[in-house]
Amino acid sequence: MTSVAQTQASDQIPQGRQIPDRLRTPMQRALASWETLLLVVFALVFCINSFASPYFLDPWNLSDATFNFTEKAMIAFAMALLIISGEIDLSVASIIALASTAMGLAVQMGADTPALVGIGLLTGLLCGAVNGALITGLGLPSIVVTIGTMSLFRGISYIVLGDKAFTGYPDSFSWFGQGYVWWVFSFELVLFCLLAVAFGILLHATAFGRSVYAIGNNDVAALFSGIRVPRIKFGLFLLTGLMSGLAAVCLTSRLGATRPSIASGMELEVVTMVVLGGVNILGGSGSIAGVVIAALVMGLVTFGFGLLNVPGIVMSIFIGILLIAVIALPRLARRFFPRRAAS
Amino acid sequence: MSGRIHISREVVLGGAMLVLLGLIATRFPAFVEPGNLANVFNDTAPLIILALGQMAVILTRCIDLSVAANLALTGMVAAMINTAMPDLPIPLILLVAVSLGVAMGLVNGLLVWRLSIPPIVVTLGTMTIYRGIIFLISDGRWINAHQMSDSFKAFPRQVLLGLPVLSWIGILAVIAIFILITRTPLGRAFYAVGGNPNAAQYAGINSGFTQCAAFVLSGALAGLTGYLWVARYAVAYVDIAGGFELDVVAACVIGGISIAGGAGSVAGAVLGALFLGIIKNALPVINISPFWQLAISGSAILIAVAVNVTQNRPKGRVILKKAEHAV
Amino acid sequence: MLAKSPEKEPAAGGVRADAALETRAVLSLAGITKSFPGVKALSGVALDLYPGQVTALIGENGAGKSTIVKILTGIYQPDEGEIRVDGETVQFPTAEAAARYGVTAIHQETVLFEELTVAENIFIGHAPKTRFGLIDRKQMLRSARSLLERIGAKIDPSVPLKDLGIANRHLVAIARALSIDARVVIMDEPTASLSHKEIEETYELVDRLKAEGKAILFISHKFDEIFRVADRYTVFRDGELVGSGLMQGVDEGQLVKLMVGRPVDQVFPKRTPNLGDEVLKVAGYAHPSEFEDINFSLRSGEILGFYGLVGAGRSEFMQALFGITKPSKGAIRIDGEIAVIRTPNEAIGKGIVYVPEDRGKQGAVKGLPIFQNVTLPSLGQVSSRGFLKMAEEFKLARDYTQRLDLRAAALDQDIGELSGGNQQKVIIAKWLATKPRVIILDEPTKGIDIGSKAAVHDFMAELAGEGLAVILVSSEIPEVLGMSDRVIVMREGRIAAEFEGEGLTPENLVRAAAGIEEARP
Repeated sequence: MTSVAQTQASDQIPQGRQIPDRLRTPMQRALASWETLLLVVFALVFCINSFASPYFLDPWNLSDATFNFTEKAMIAFAMALLIISGEIDLSVASIIALASTAMGLAVQMGADTPALVGIGLLTGLLCGAVNGALITGLGLPSIVVTIGTMSLFRGISYIVLGDKAFTGYPDSFSWFGQGYVWWVFSFELVLFCLLAVAFGILLHATAFGRSVYAIGNNDVAALFSGIRVPRIKFGLFLLTGLMSGLAAVCLTSRLGATRPSIASGMELEVVTMVVLGGVNILGGSGSIAGVVIAALVMGLVTFGFGLLNVPGIVMSIFIGILLIAVIALPRLARRFFPRRAAS
Repeated sequence: MSGRIHISREVVLGGAMLVLLGLIATRFPAFVEPGNLANVFNDTAPLIILALGQMAVILTRCIDLSVAANLALTGMVAAMINTAMPDLPIPLILLVAVSLGVAMGLVNGLLVWRLSIPPIVVTLGTMTIYRGIIFLISDGRWINAHQMSDSFKAFPRQVLLGLPVLSWIGILAVIAIFILITRTPLGRAFYAVGGNPNAAQYAGINSGFTQCAAFVLSGALAGLTGYLWVARYAVAYVDIAGGFELDVVAACVIGGISIAGGAGSVAGAVLGALFLGIIKNALPVINISPFWQLAISGSAILIAVAVNVTQNRPKGRVILKKAEHAV
Repeated sequence: MLAKSPEKEPAAGGVRADAALETRAVLSLAGITKSFPGVKALSGVALDLYPGQVTALIGENGAGKSTIVKILTGIYQPDEGEIRVDGETVQFPTAEAAARYGVTAIHQETVLFEELTVAENIFIGHAPKTRFGLIDRKQMLRSARSLLERIGAKIDPSVPLKDLGIANRHLVAIARALSIDARVVIMDEPTASLSHKEIEETYELVDRLKAEGKAILFISHKFDEIFRVADRYTVFRDGELVGSGLMQGVDEGQLVKLMVGRPVDQVFPKRTPNLGDEVLKVAGYAHPSEFEDINFSLRSGEILGFYGLVGAGRSEFMQALFGITKPSKGAIRIDGEIAVIRTPNEAIGKGIVYVPEDRGKQGAVKGLPIFQNVTLPSLGQVSSRGFLKMAEEFKLARDYTQRLDLRAAALDQDIGELSGGNQQKVIIAKWLATKPRVIILDEPTKGIDIGSKAAVHDFMAELAGEGLAVILVSSEIPEVLGMSDRVIVMREGRIAAEFEGEGLTPENLVRAAAGIEEARP
């Protein structure tokens, strides 16, 4: 026998030991979070902008700048929930196109403003239902389905409109995209704030939101825990469709016209906003606060570039780099400073 | 071994395509004449080439949404080189285009491999970056036919043995990728990495490297197509082939390449691309507005993915059948 | 087929004089240390593997067995220590490098490329090539065929792997190990999901590999098979080497003592069943492909064991009972009333809960903290009008985890950071928090350390004592016999037999599970 056995007296287990609720206080958690880092970036961008251009700090200019992100952010809130649950919807911009086209058709038939809003929202809801049914009903991967419906929804707009455009929206309809509730606070900005709060509560303080996190981390275990996974996922696609419909109302109202190419490429900006906001693209984690700050950062950067006369496409390079960098930098940091990240 | 009876996706798709062609032929027999079919093939060649690269990427559980932007950027660079140095021989331009495509594919691949960033994020990002770079280098200006040299424009259209060079390149690409996929360790590794990454690691296959290689392949083919595209249409600008990446993904999905990785074939990718090509070319012939094309390809993706998934649904462990067998 | 040459058999006496066992190690590890953030997986361990001998690696979960396998196969790099092949220090920076030195591993995940053919699965990574550098398919098929013949497998090498069953896939894995001309073969729980017959065949293969002079590292939890196949043993505990030597002269008790650091005889809690009324009655439950004609009843305070071989349809039936899959016919009565269960949610509402076998996939929601895992099925209980009350969440989690003696740093710790045993405690806690009538435990102690195992057993007895009806699905005979008041044996999707009282013997269970009526000719 060549044993080198060493018998250790195993420590006796005290029955029912007390486990503390929390390892770190909520404040410690918050300080070490992605959201805090984003907030710092936001402050930096704000300062740089105010030095770079004398027009930046004007309230009306700032108010104008919010239109850069309000519509996208509405969708981004719902998209954040969807991505946290482990799914994605790439058809949101096409839903805008289809909803806008539906509203345009309704205008031709003489619909009034409330009817238009209803039709816009309903079309969005319907598109969301199509996505949701295909994905949860047939069990298809969301990325392929929404690439498909992305072509289908916008394709229908093209079939209806061809190279023409719908105009002639009623004057009262323009309020949603151009109206102000009070002083510099536009309807869209107020809506953005209300939705931010509503989505924050939905995700972070309700049983529904908890289920979304559970599904994103492990949908099988969530199902085995009695969570109605298909129903919740379907609900999220409906919600994303509805928000896209709402964005379509605002955008159409702001532009006063519908072309089939409306909002093209917006899905990319929405996904970027969500990912920049710290939502894990693979699902399971993220917060609404992060998405809100990400929306503000993207809005400010766009506005700042605009003031400096930088063309839009250069801005999109910046957004592309941002999208990759926000994910790459923490990973690079972990590679070079493995010790810190281990904690 | 009852598995022998089940019909492969490729046969189903091939059959569907013949039915489609047959239907068109009943009303418009001219469409199925060899000359026209050759035209359709030539027109679809870029889509086929790109679908082959995309297929490799999808096999490894990734996706490359930057192919169209890559194509547009290499196309623009090729056109700019040609305007600056009209005498530069075509093979050199091809070399530059492919190398540039490789470089862009490598950027995607390295980000996925070395930093483990999800491919969809990487290529959504590089898609906008590559497009943006076109604007930066061209200042948003177009390069038109009269600025390009004649030999530059003529290359893809030159007819060799009855087919234009573009078609021949498409055919060569299909053969080359077929050999790569079925006969080389790298090709088999694409399936291994996508089918079971864990097991691939134990088999000594580096998943990240293999994925990177797939991106490089996709990039190389996109670069090649970039020059061919710009030369064929004799124009280069920021938005050429805008949204074409969706057609490429659609061709793969229709061709039965599983988005979950590890399953699919060259024949499937080619058939998927041809299917879209036939629809695109048939629409004007049967008097349907080209505006229908987007909706049709969208529906085709949805139908294809639904059919694939229902076909591949796991059949269960079938404990009882085994028991009956034993009796 | 057991072509063992006599000089390779360990001699009956005079162990040290045995020439074959004194041969030089093909591969030895010395002073291997490997740390991960927060844990030291291995500290200074040594391992020697000798040609023509089987070395059993023994240790509890978390002892460092899988880490050493990953180091041997080039997946992980050791922080310290050296690997020697034939006495020369080498490095395995990649899986490929390990394969070059002839080290190969066979386990469930070794070869599983559904879309590739059997031959491609065998040769992936080292396929024969033509002079153009392409894969030589003819040569590959020929070699694959002869390899498969060598191990007595009747498999066509040109069919895709997806057409093969589990046992045949296993043979493909072994053919692969032979194909790289391995000198060292690592078998990581090779019999974990195999039937009796297949297990016997695996042992014969081990013997054959031994006879071919391969050094074999055999990892297993089953002592009977360790004594059946191994020549030497090496025991790890908490990442340290605690013992090694020849199998001759040791007994199970000594190995267990080394493994856990204290003598443990599997003692099951003593209890006098306090049977109440019938809680659950299942009548004629059937599924188109998985099980048929399942009838039984269950009383409160009873522990009902379900024994059977892997693949007998036990988990499939339990999952249908829990609403994961749909039965094709049959009815359930709970407290005498017909109950319809179509979703897990409905099952939970009726008081039936299920602790699944696959803890990682179906049990723990990794990424969520402990307390949120506990409250997941009880969200209605800790919220009002859909709004969560965090204080109540913590209270619920605290109450139940404390009862199970959970070990964790804090309740907001990610469940993924816990050991398997503690994860299982969280999962059981989460189900108890729903205050069930019937709890189904599917292999509740599989792969957890002995300490947690005893805790789970004690707790099970306690629950039954409190009047809960418990269904215990287990493939471990001592556990089933030690815990259950009554045992149902399933075979090929049907109930094969039911035993209680005097009938509860290992022989009865094994016979019923294997379908042996009389001694076979």
